[in-house]
Amino acid sequence: MKVTDILNWENTSLACGKNSIENQITNGYNSDLLSDVMGNASEGMAWITIQTHKNLVAVASLKDLACIIIANNNKPAHDLLDAAEEEGIPVITTSLPAFEFAGKLYNELNK
Amino acid sequence: MHLKYKIQGGNFSKAGFASSEVKKILRQLSIEPKTIKRLVVALYEGEVNIVAHAYNGLITVDIDTEKVTVTLKDNGPGIPDIDKAMEQGYSTASAAVREMGFGAGMGLPNMKKNTDEMTIKSVVNEGTEVIFINYI
Repeated sequence: MKVTDILNWENTSLACGKNSIENQITNGYNSDLLSDVMGNASEGMAWITIQTHKNLVAVASLKDLACIIIANNNKPAHDLLDAAEEEGIPVITTSLPAFEFAGKLYNELNK
Repeated sequence: MHLKYKIQGGNFSKAGFASSEVKKILRQLSIEPKTIKRLVVALYEGEVNIVAHAYNGLITVDIDTEKVTVTLKDNGPGIPDIDKAMEQGYSTASAAVREMGFGAGMGLPNMKKNTDEMTIKSVVNEGTEVIFINYI
């Protein structure tokens, strides 16, 4: 599936990175610890988190992640959006809690 | 090829900049993606360690035909017990740093796992030097 497929879901919206919404999502990773993501996520994953600061972008970019999903109505910081736009990382916000979003993504990916 | 990056302690808005630059250069040199991926994890963790713990630091990266050698040298508090610091889950990071999702005690173990050789030298109240090598 692609990042753009997630945007068709209710309760989700694109905060930035519209030029990269054709990125392929291979799998997902749910964590709020940046070293956990650095150590264990792989290329093409959608990263689900409730963190909102700029450093997410460096991690997502270095790991070639497909997109960042900010769950539970948390609002991304402005400098995060600027950095993500520059690096071409789509950032999606959702009102769903991380657990629910992860479950939904898991089901879609394993259909 | 010899690269140098100055790192400012406490400046999280710049954390990852050096790692991104090195990644771009390694890609331009057509180094194998698998090798780049491991090196970038180790380098980012090292860079964040300087930002989170030290006053300032210098990262140097030397690339030759066989290997990439990275030296991360900082002026900072040093590490009193290196074996303890290498333990998964052990961290001395501040509450503010932990809130950002850093300081989970995974940085140095991540570095060890993603490098071929790694040595740490540290003097309390002076600073720390981490040198790692990844073969290409």
